[in-house]
Amino acid sequence: MFGKLSWSAVPLDQPIPMAASGSVALVILAVLAWIVLAGHLPYLWREWITSVDHKRIGVMYTLLATVMLLRGFADALMMRAQQAVALHSQGFLPPEHYNQIFSAHGTIMIFFVAMPFVIGLMNLIVPLQLGVRDVAFPTLNSVGFWLTATGALLVNISLVIGEFARTGWLPYPPLSEMTYSPGVGVDYYLWSLEISGVGTLVAGINLVTTVLKLRTKGMTYLRMPMFCWTTLASNLLIVAAFPILTATLAMLILDRYLGFHFFTNEGGGNVMMFMNLIWAWGHPEVYILVLPAFGIFSEVVSTFSGKALFGYRSMVLATMAICVISFMVWLHHFFTMGAGPNVNAIFGIASMIIAVPTGVKIYNWLFTMYMGRIRFTTPMLWSIGFMVTFLLGGLTGVLVAVPPADFLLHNSLFLVAHFHNVIIGGVLFGAFAGYTYWFPKAFGFRLHEGLGKAAFWCWLIGFYVAFMPLYVVGLLGMTRRMQHYDVPEWRPWLLVASVGAIIILIGIAFQIAQLVVSIHRREELRDHTGDPWDGRSLEWATASPPPVFNFAVTPDVSGEDAYWSMKERARRQGTSDDSVAYTDIEMPRNSPTGFICAFFATIMGFALIWHIWWMVAAGAIGAFATFVAFAWRDHDEYVIAADDVARIDQANLAERRAVMSGAG
Amino acid sequence: MSDQSLESHATDVAPGDEGEGRVRTRILGYVVGLGLAIVLTATSFFIVGTDLVWQPSIPVAIVVLAIAQMGVHLVFFLHITTGPDNTNNVLALAFGVLIVILVIGGSLWIMANLNANMMPMDQIMQMQR
Repeated sequence: MFGKLSWSAVPLDQPIPMAASGSVALVILAVLAWIVLAGHLPYLWREWITSVDHKRIGVMYTLLATVMLLRGFADALMMRAQQAVALHSQGFLPPEHYNQIFSAHGTIMIFFVAMPFVIGLMNLIVPLQLGVRDVAFPTLNSVGFWLTATGALLVNISLVIGEFARTGWLPYPPLSEMTYSPGVGVDYYLWSLEISGVGTLVAGINLVTTVLKLRTKGMTYLRMPMFCWTTLASNLLIVAAFPILTATLAMLILDRYLGFHFFTNEGGGNVMMFMNLIWAWGHPEVYILVLPAFGIFSEVVSTFSGKALFGYRSMVLATMAICVISFMVWLHHFFTMGAGPNVNAIFGIASMIIAVPTGVKIYNWLFTMYMGRIRFTTPMLWSIGFMVTFLLGGLTGVLVAVPPADFLLHNSLFLVAHFHNVIIGGVLFGAFAGYTYWFPKAFGFRLHEGLGKAAFWCWLIGFYVAFMPLYVVGLLGMTRRMQHYDVPEWRPWLLVASVGAIIILIGIAFQIAQLVVSIHRREELRDHTGDPWDGRSLEWATASPPPVFNFAVTPDVSGEDAYWSMKERARRQGTSDDSVAYTDIEMPRNSPTGFICAFFATIMGFALIWHIWWMVAAGAIGAFATFVAFAWRDHDEYVIAADDVARIDQANLAERRAVMSGAG
Repeated sequence: MSDQSLESHATDVAPGDEGEGRVRTRILGYVVGLGLAIVLTATSFFIVGTDLVWQPSIPVAIVVLAIAQMGVHLVFFLHITTGPDNTNNVLALAFGVLIVILVIGGSLWIMANLNANMMPMDQIMQMQR
């Protein structure tokens, strides 16, 4: 009846996961109870869960990412604590638990923190920057988000029911095959990523189509803000690379469920093919994450230097060059697997070449700042911190791109330090810069500056204290994923690294405090103008938060930095033209399709993991029925009357004018 | 940039979204495409079984027919044209083809290299005997 599922799947005898999941469950229950008892459920259902508004979906993506960041960071703290005490001893985490923790940490941080964070920011901002009212496929967008949430939910269910993979964040066979991983851990990994991978793919298709097809009048490709370009490149990579991940994991699923021999040792399987295919996805994935961050830094640096982005066209060229070259370097993740010197040399050279367009970008940001009137706000601090940190990470990256050096450093903590250096220093700092920069646009009030700066300094210092020692122990020969070790020389460095993790923890505490304090003092932090940073691109041309239709009248663009030139023109002419002809606006209707689809997908994924076949059928039929019901819908749009548009827009304009005259 | 290119994306149409042309001509297009596809398929099956052509040329002929088949599908069913309204589709196609070539070609090259260098253990044992 319930497949492999029984009460023995719940690890009642292990105190750490039980206490952790118990407290999390209590918090979730408390929040749910509060929502229901306070009567917020109808509002939440109407305005958020069923929303197809790209801004709302973007916010929900970002919220998912921040919540999962806490989960992934808890894993990181446990690993640091374990390695701090595990000299000549077993520490406090038994091997099978420690292995699950590092696997979950990597999986969660990449797929459920970094990905939703950048996709959320792209969703929130790109349509606004393009001057349009929505994304190309609003309901598909909602489906994509909820499927991503399904994947995150399944990973977290594994904490309580059953186990997670012990294979590392990429389940290399033969370890991940049935012979060596008979439990459900790898199945949790596989099905949560298959489901969320579909979600990511539809998000990618949606955003590519939005950038290519839905630009406002006059918004040619070479007038798009840099963030739109990096969004385009990043989502092209999603569309091209995620099918490889889905197919590769599907082959591993066939191996595990139906006895196929794609990656087994016997029966003609080839283990090396898995490494090859997973990295053919894996390397573009790195750029899927970091390209949007590059776009965020471009916007932030240009805004807070008060200058147009230096070398805009070279930046576009560098972005697209990275987009293509990122598909030519994947072998550098397995130099040591045994390819000949010719193959290793060519992929090594390609990996060094891809550093060139990235270097171009660094110079572009530096020259944007040069002679600029720089305002050192929190987003700007994140950007400068990024430039220094990412440069270091990039240099160690070029170092491990040299095959002979990689033979020494492969799978050592040096490598771990390198990729944390680029992912934290690049992607996460970018996400935080974007979060601080666009928060007022999403919610209508700014985040507290002082606490934001405190969080930045803790993160920056904490990062260096936590990861520089890992470079050293890596050079001293410590391999990654060690549950315990016998080399006393490593101990001091690992202790320093745990101090760094604690400093980062303080940074996270500051971020939470920043959010709480900012919500509390939202009236004094209120952004009445819609343009709190004196911005340059179109998202600042509308109110904060923008009305559901984004722009009462879609803007007409006549150059780069569209909003900046509008402001310049208004300043020159002394007045702004307020005689606007409002028209009716058609907007897509909210739809529960995404949520219901994901509900059935969750049931199906859970049932597949535990081999509960009747439940698989129920989930699949439910999801398909949802799709059919959506495909046959009658009313997919509603109309906002021109009078209502005028009323909302005039109120926003009046608020803006009141602030302007007060300041002037 | 000329004014025409400024507005080009506004007149851009998605594949299968060309609502304008007359139904008759559109149906004719699909029928021609279907006919060509059938002819190409039938020819492939015929060539495999026949001894009318020089035998070693058969694989090459199959490859040529397959590429022609892809072309027919792209032109008649996916509506890829060289017109200015089709730039996005052509570029997307080119990007897709490039990625497929890179991934498949790269994988073949890497795996051949790995297989040559990393023989299975039993074969290495046999060589040492």
